[in-house]
Amino acid sequence: MAAPDHPALKPRVRERPLSPHLQVYRWQVQMVTSILHRATGVALVVGALAMVYALVALAAGPERWETFTACAGSVLGKIILFGFSWALAYHLLNGIRHLLQDAGHGFAIRDFVRNSWISIIGSVVLVAVAWVIVLMQWGQS
Amino acid sequence: MSDNWKRHENFRTPLKRAVGLGSAKDGTGHFIWQRITAIVLVLLGAYLIGLLLSLGGASYELARAIVGDTVNATILVAFLIAMFWHAKLGLQVVIEDYVHTPALAGVAHVANIFVCALAAIASVLAVIRISLGA
Repeated sequence: MAAPDHPALKPRVRERPLSPHLQVYRWQVQMVTSILHRATGVALVVGALAMVYALVALAAGPERWETFTACAGSVLGKIILFGFSWALAYHLLNGIRHLLQDAGHGFAIRDFVRNSWISIIGSVVLVAVAWVIVLMQWGQS
Repeated sequence: MSDNWKRHENFRTPLKRAVGLGSAKDGTGHFIWQRITAIVLVLLGAYLIGLLLSLGGASYELARAIVGDTVNATILVAFLIAMFWHAKLGLQVVIEDYVHTPALAGVAHVANIFVCALAAIASVLAVIRISLGA
């Protein structure tokens, strides 16, 4: 008599991919880099539209440009600019990481974790350097 | 979908209906263009960030002179086109992943194309106007 779990007795079921259940995963840095890349990408679209506004204002004349610089120079404007600059730095660094991965580099688990951290920490360093330069120039002018 | 009306008598799963139809035939193009625009954005973006950081507090005249410079305007136009192309490709994937209502997804895809194209045209036109002194 065949065992109840004999393969021939099982219904033929096509193996299907299951969507991942996020709640069973321990948080790992690779998940953070992946989610942040998409989130910063969407945020940067808004930043790109702000860039369009800046260029159109610059083309439209001194008054419109004044309005733009007043918006960008306000406290809220500076906070948003700072946010955009970090999103850009992160998306840029992690984008380069993705391009290197597309070329087949950095897939060993240790490398993957390490270059994930490089994206995150590097973006913070890059933004800090950029804003130090900007603030130094504001001090001079 | 045109066969919505008979959904109640159709017990086939979406997978069963999709199997054997092949790929959508344009995934590779999407992948390649996303990477090409990414490379363009890294190179030209580095140039533009350097330019922006060297500006300091930009007066109206200085900002116009720098944007209107022939080399800078050329790089800026290339950057803007690559940026909004890249944005369109990226947002398209986000919509495909998260918007599951067919009608809403269709509207979102069309809106994505319209907004990205319009933004690219408006910004490129602005750079051209500045560059030509109009």
